[in-house]
Amino acid sequence: MASRLKLFVPLFIFAVLALFLFRGLSLDPKEMPSALIGKQVPEFLLPDLVTGENRTREHLLGEVSLINVWATWCPSCLHEHPYLVRLASEGVRIIGLNYKDEDAAALRWLQELGDPYALNIADRQGSLGLDLGVYGAPETYLVDATGVVHYRHAGVVDERVWEQTLRPLYEELQR
Amino acid sequence: MPARSRMMILLLLGLALAQRAAAVVETYEFSEPTLEQRYYALSQELRCPKCQNQNIADSDAPIARDLRQLLHSQLEEGASDDEILEYMVARYGEFVRYRPRFGGPSMVLWLAPGILLLMGACLAVLTIRSRSSAAQLQEQSISAEEAQRVRALLAQDEDKP
Repeated sequence: MASRLKLFVPLFIFAVLALFLFRGLSLDPKEMPSALIGKQVPEFLLPDLVTGENRTREHLLGEVSLINVWATWCPSCLHEHPYLVRLASEGVRIIGLNYKDEDAAALRWLQELGDPYALNIADRQGSLGLDLGVYGAPETYLVDATGVVHYRHAGVVDERVWEQTLRPLYEELQR
Repeated sequence: MPARSRMMILLLLGLALAQRAAAVVETYEFSEPTLEQRYYALSQELRCPKCQNQNIADSDAPIARDLRQLLHSQLEEGASDDEILEYMVARYGEFVRYRPRFGGPSMVLWLAPGILLLMGACLAVLTIRSRSSAAQLQEQSISAEEAQRVRALLAQDEDKP
């Protein structure tokens, strides 16, 4: 009897392997959780893109917000922009982090395409970007009212990403 | 023939140039040669966050360039290897290290080979043991039967001279 059962060992190994490989099919190897999840947004002192005033971490607090990393040199940001404008018009507070960009080009962008941002931080050297662990644009961070990072989405925020991933978290944090 | 070899030379030249275009361009000056060695070692070990399987020394991504620059300035400021790795991990997670720290979720990575090896060794020992004991049993039982048969045959032989 025992030797009969042994005949099923290869089938069993195959089943386990198939299970792992099947799981692998639906995993995204590019998905990299931010090292900042559950931690405070790092301290910074940077100028506002529009007014030139000093902006610090304090300016982010008080409301659940999205921090959107964008730049005029980033084609996906252009693609993403209309959806951000729509989200802003629905009352979502979006803070822009203009990442390694030029002021003039960034201001022109906002004039021509609309400004969905409650405020825009000009990160010319990418120093805040570095502290946040930004590795490309666009990236969007979901931050609660006390400045704790809850989620990071690398890539374009579109309807699917918002409805399926960000919105449930956003609404949960607002409660 | 000369036309063909000229073509060949052109082709090789083209390939050589293509090779150079792909290499990382910027170079850094170091105040001490040991810093340069550490720069190369660390830039080999740090993984580019943007590109899945390249270290920051090999990658052309803007973020890899930034990280190389950062690495250079941190080395010149006298930071230790551990401090630099700590700094990078705090921002980009364990992902940036090709040799992740022992502990936490990477524990599985570190321990799995040993555990699997141990399991394999146990399985091998068990299999070999059961086989050899089965073989021994077989040998004994057969030799007992055969001894009888041999005795019987011998007895027959003795009966008929």
